[in-house]
Amino acid sequence: MNPAATTVVLCAPVGVPLITAAAFAGARRLTAWAALVSPAAVLACGVTLAATVTGHGPVATGDRLLRADALTAWMLLVVGAVAALACAASPAHLDRERAAGHTDDRGARQYHMLVHAFLAAMCAAVLAGNLGVLWVAIEATTIVTAFLVGHRRTRASVEAAWKYVVICSAGIALAFLGTVLIYYAARQAGISEGSALDWPTLVAHADRLDPDVTRLGTALIVIGFGAKAGLVPLHAWLPDAHSQAPAPVSALMSGVLLAVSFTAVLRYKVIADAALGPEFTRVLLAAAALLTLALAASVLLGQRDYKRMLAYSSMEHMALIALGGAIGSPLAIAAVLLHIAGHGLAKTVAFTSSGHLLHLRHTTRIGRVRGLLTRAPGLGAAFALAAVALLALPPFSLFASELGIVRAGFAAGMGWPTAVALVLVLVAFAALAARVGHMLLGPPATTAEPVRLGAAAGLPLAAGLLVCAALGVTTWPLTHLLTDAAAIIGGH
Amino acid sequence: MSDSAYTQMLDLACGAFLLAAVVVLWRRDLAAAVRVFALQGLALAAVAALLGWHEDRWDVLAVAAGIAVLRAWALPLLLRRALSADGAARETQPLVNVAASLLSAAALTLLAYAVSRPLVALNPTPATRALPVGLAVVLIGFFVLVTRRRALSQVVGFLLLDNGITAVAFLATSGVPLIVELGVSFDVLLAVLVLRLLTTRMRAAFGHTDLDDLRELHD
Repeated sequence: MNPAATTVVLCAPVGVPLITAAAFAGARRLTAWAALVSPAAVLACGVTLAATVTGHGPVATGDRLLRADALTAWMLLVVGAVAALACAASPAHLDRERAAGHTDDRGARQYHMLVHAFLAAMCAAVLAGNLGVLWVAIEATTIVTAFLVGHRRTRASVEAAWKYVVICSAGIALAFLGTVLIYYAARQAGISEGSALDWPTLVAHADRLDPDVTRLGTALIVIGFGAKAGLVPLHAWLPDAHSQAPAPVSALMSGVLLAVSFTAVLRYKVIADAALGPEFTRVLLAAAALLTLALAASVLLGQRDYKRMLAYSSMEHMALIALGGAIGSPLAIAAVLLHIAGHGLAKTVAFTSSGHLLHLRHTTRIGRVRGLLTRAPGLGAAFALAAVALLALPPFSLFASELGIVRAGFAAGMGWPTAVALVLVLVAFAALAARVGHMLLGPPATTAEPVRLGAAAGLPLAAGLLVCAALGVTTWPLTHLLTDAAAIIGGH
Repeated sequence: MSDSAYTQMLDLACGAFLLAAVVVLWRRDLAAAVRVFALQGLALAAVAALLGWHEDRWDVLAVAAGIAVLRAWALPLLLRRALSADGAARETQPLVNVAASLLSAAALTLLAYAVSRPLVALNPTPATRALPVGLAVVLIGFFVLVTRRRALSQVVGFLLLDNGITAVAFLATSGVPLIVELGVSFDVLLAVLVLRLLTTRMRAAFGHTDLDDLRELHD
């Protein structure tokens, strides 16, 4: 690819969502379907970059501030796919909110503007070649999503937004301190000021970094970006924010924002492993993963709110992803990336259908939803299939990726942590299956006619489930990209 | 300026920086806390300016001026406006009383000195010897964040934390590259604006800004 084309493809995933956001802010009459422009651009750039980087290696532009390798291309594809589903579900969501008097035209425009700014920030985080830019982009996601979490302006949503901003900003500040320490170590190792935060340069010279300073920096990074990825100890914002945000935004946050933050941890892991050996990040990540998993499983057992249930299920899956990161072999990392994609798609379908369900039943209490399959067959089926996918049953891709993580765990000599994780996953499985079964089966509360979902609302759900199932059967044509991306993180 | 004068001035600025954090912990009057926070911003700008002067770097001096504008003027101004809109200007009753807070600050400072030993050992200069001060302010900021029950006190805690991190960045490496510094400052400014708007909404929803009432969401 020539330099001009590279610049365009690397800037478009950030630029197009920003332009879309500006368009929604400026133009009064803009059809809600214009929201699909930016996911389409992100997907197109993801596909182009996937084809380029698997053939010719990483590309960079703008003084290496923006850079794409196989991991970037994979994450762009995931962000694009999840964003396409969430943006396609937004018009139906906003129409219902408007009908219920929760929002007006101004609120709807603000919603679109913030969603696209959020997309731009996530793409910037994925594309950042410079670790400082990575930090700035991830902090920017906190700022733009704060108002999305508090979109309804109720007491509960203001509370959720406050907790979200305070916990995530403080967590992310720790990650910045970690970044500063890595920069200090790099400068003392003789790397020039301009490239001391440049990821490829740091990876190439990681063995020269001072171990003690790198150790402190890495611990802060794992806690800080771990806060944004929903890992213990700074996870408390997650169930509140996910349960209060509008359904498509919950989908984006749970489906991709958590994963994007975790890929930041993976980037630092490569540096830390080269400077300190793999043991240090392995212990840190495995401890965070098991604690998060134990917490999520125990809260799921007594959960009575279905949106919070989905939020804790996200923590469970992020914990599995962190465990895969701790294992760190190429097989484990490939499974982690597949898990990120499968979880993003399945959780988007689950959150979007929970939004429809909230509209239908006006409650988020599990105990007050019965017989969903009879009451609303289409919605019930979508929610059921999403739950099946989240329970990691075949044919959905989470089955393949969880199997991959477990196999890699036993192969890498991490038998005990993996076995403990398996037991905890079984507990979460039982809790989730029982709750979802309660909601789907039994006699419906009313004897009214079954509610139809409609094509506009149903298509994104069906598409998400289909892609998730397809990824479970075969990763072709992405296999090459996936192995390349796994080699970048796990090949050292 | 001779080396010993530079070291003394740097130590003085760092001492003022740490002292400001402790005073914030001591005073329960929010308006006073905001004034002290502004003074801390000045001390931070002085640290940056001294480093820039010592290393003959104009870009660092420019960043120091930016820090003075942002942290000694813009952020305190925002906080004061939020405060005058808020009415009640006292921290109601922090979770930890003043005496225990001050003792905790001393313990946290010792902890910062212990933790930062490898950081100083890597490159012992007058600037990096002052690094523990930055870390101590980070820890004190965290302490304010978790023990205060008024929304605005939490914002002050977050800003102390952030000042501490900026100080670490300057003392360790004369600041991160300019583009990162700009991004960080912009993010902090926006975060404070977001928090300010949220306190307005909180007042609309709850009638006041006591964080004790944020307890609708739980499992």
